[in-house]
Amino acid sequence: MTFVTTEVPKLRPAGTVPIGPPKPSLGSRLTRRLAELVTRVVVLGVTAVWLFPTLGLAIASLRTAADNSATGWWTALARPSQFTIDNYVALLSNQSIVRSLWNTVLITVPSTVLVVMIGAFAAYALAWLEFPGRDWLFVALVGLIVVPVQVAIIPNARLFGAIGIYGHIAGVVAFHVAFGLPLAIFLLRNFFRVIPRDLLEAARLDGGSEFAVFRRVVLPLSGPALASLAIFQFLWVWNDLLVALVFATSENAPITYALREQMRAFSSNLDVIGPGAFLSMSVPLVVFFACQRYFVQGVLAGSTK
Amino acid sequence: MRTMVGRRARLDRRTAALFLAPALLIVCLLVAYPIVQTFWMSLHSADGSRFVGLANYVDMFTSPDTRTAITNNAIWVVVAPTVVTVLGLMFAVLTERVRLVNAFRMALFMPMAISFLAAGVSFRLVYDEDPNRGLLNAMMVAVHDTFRPPAPYPGATVREDSGLLKGADGAIIAGPVQAGEPVSLPLVGIPVAHLPKDAAAAAAAPAGPGVRGTVWRDFLRGGGGTPGAVDAGEVGLPGVTVQVLRGGEVVAETRTDQHGRFAVPELAGGGYSVRLAAGNFTEPFRGLTWLGPGLVTPALIGSYIWVWAGFAMVVISAGLSSIPREAVESARIDGASEWQILRRITVPLVRPVLIVVAVTLVINVLKVFDLVLVLAPESAQAEANVLGLEMYHASFTQLNTGLGSALAVLLFLLVLPGMAWRAWLLRRNGRGWDGR
Repeated sequence: MTFVTTEVPKLRPAGTVPIGPPKPSLGSRLTRRLAELVTRVVVLGVTAVWLFPTLGLAIASLRTAADNSATGWWTALARPSQFTIDNYVALLSNQSIVRSLWNTVLITVPSTVLVVMIGAFAAYALAWLEFPGRDWLFVALVGLIVVPVQVAIIPNARLFGAIGIYGHIAGVVAFHVAFGLPLAIFLLRNFFRVIPRDLLEAARLDGGSEFAVFRRVVLPLSGPALASLAIFQFLWVWNDLLVALVFATSENAPITYALREQMRAFSSNLDVIGPGAFLSMSVPLVVFFACQRYFVQGVLAGSTK
Repeated sequence: MRTMVGRRARLDRRTAALFLAPALLIVCLLVAYPIVQTFWMSLHSADGSRFVGLANYVDMFTSPDTRTAITNNAIWVVVAPTVVTVLGLMFAVLTERVRLVNAFRMALFMPMAISFLAAGVSFRLVYDEDPNRGLLNAMMVAVHDTFRPPAPYPGATVREDSGLLKGADGAIIAGPVQAGEPVSLPLVGIPVAHLPKDAAAAAAAPAGPGVRGTVWRDFLRGGGGTPGAVDAGEVGLPGVTVQVLRGGEVVAETRTDQHGRFAVPELAGGGYSVRLAAGNFTEPFRGLTWLGPGLVTPALIGSYIWVWAGFAMVVISAGLSSIPREAVESARIDGASEWQILRRITVPLVRPVLIVVAVTLVINVLKVFDLVLVLAPESAQAEANVLGLEMYHASFTQLNTGLGSALAVLLFLLVLPGMAWRAWLLRRNGRGWDGR
């Protein structure tokens, strides 16, 4: 269609007038202008509404406890003298908070690496190796993606108790890995399937073992999928509270757990909760701004979980 | 050839077993088997020692705690996905026609990056009940006070022996009153901070025609003075709305000056009464108790919407971009309004995407946990309860693994249709998923 409309004027005989849509009247032009203006205002308003909660947290974390209990964070915009980094200084000398931040890293990194590694091997088998029951196994794994964490926490708490990792970081990681695998396998298997069969066959004919094919051909081609998956799993674990509440003790707890403890007295602990919450969300935010494409893909892929 | 294929197949099987082993071992041991165990435990007593059949399920549907949780979950499941999907569609349509959409999209999608804990903390600051601290109530109060200015003297009242009447609605009445005789309206219960800047020393109204009098703060710091009389150092109350009534009808209305005096010179005779309308003394509007028992679930859903609207927008935007432009263009040339285009063309064409978004959200909403635990204050936790949270409390606070397991099973059964739907999508799109 667009092809025709762009070609016609060139062939127009001299003296004729091109036929196009009727020229809009002044009234309809005004309406359109007004609609544009309204749209712009709505977009600005919505953006503001969506930014305020996080902005408020950021600003509140930079005000003293006294200021926060007396006035709202927005008053700091008029009186910038309220801004101070004292809360952050105090927070970083707070042993238990620093420890829980570190615990978050200790939980998140292995949970992410293990899920991607173990998931990639399984996904390769499901994508490119022939064995009986393969499709059923895949469908069963896909079904497990939406299983609520709650359905497995009590038996796992007992199991971990029996083998001595209940309350330890290892237990938290084990649970996260188990619940991360179905989605990881699903995403990676679908991605691996898109790799042209010829590439794999060529590598096999060259005498490569399956492991070599996997490592030399499949993994290098799967960067985007691995990145999206890793980002999703990272966020999932970093932001988790429930699994930590069940499987961690307070000295092995991540920052979400530690901050939740402080929430009982929200107003009086805001000078700890504010900067703590902001620090804990700054890492995901950096990931979000740094690799937006993979981030969005990862979140969309993981949304079914 | 045949042996080669056979060898290849055997090799494949061995490699597959090797590659799959770690994943299957972990998933079977820590996900699949525990599901079966949870089913089994849900048929047992609180400590797991006795078989009790379906007793836990009966408990679940009859105990008030779990009933609240189930009701709330129902509200969540109906409201949250609907609102998020509709907002997502609106935002997606908006992004189609504005320049500089990237900032808009980023602002909306950003909450997906942060934890429900961080979202909960942020929204505690939004929902704080005190309008001096909570953003939402501050905005509501600002809007409210613009249209209806706050009362000048909230909480002001009269001394018991002053001879003034306090009406049931909070108005203060003096009477009967004769024209020409100044009326005294001494009030108490006004903090210094509430006095307007222009309030001046109280002055008795001079004798003169009409109904006249003085409204003042009948209180001296440190005591002293005569109750009911204007003493030196007492302050008049400017800006009080004074109504003069006769036979129950308002015949005049005026305001006090900075010394607290008022006068309606044109009135003559007697049988009047003077009323200080309740509007002078009403407590100021302070917004709503968002996180109180009544509003906590809607407030929580509000914050959930904030987190997930960006997700819906991005998915629906992708769906919109696959709509043929010509359909929309030709409708526009035919003179269809934007609303008609949205309803008749856009929505039907992206319906499959809307369904995907809504179902995804339903599954997600069923499992909501952190947000309720973090954002609902201790006092409203019971009213805000949802299944995921109740399961946690039953199992790990009350240590009732039987009931906890039953709740987990219920949650599992509720997401089961979602699971089936995913498997069905997978089979239907069998070729589509991997692009073959």
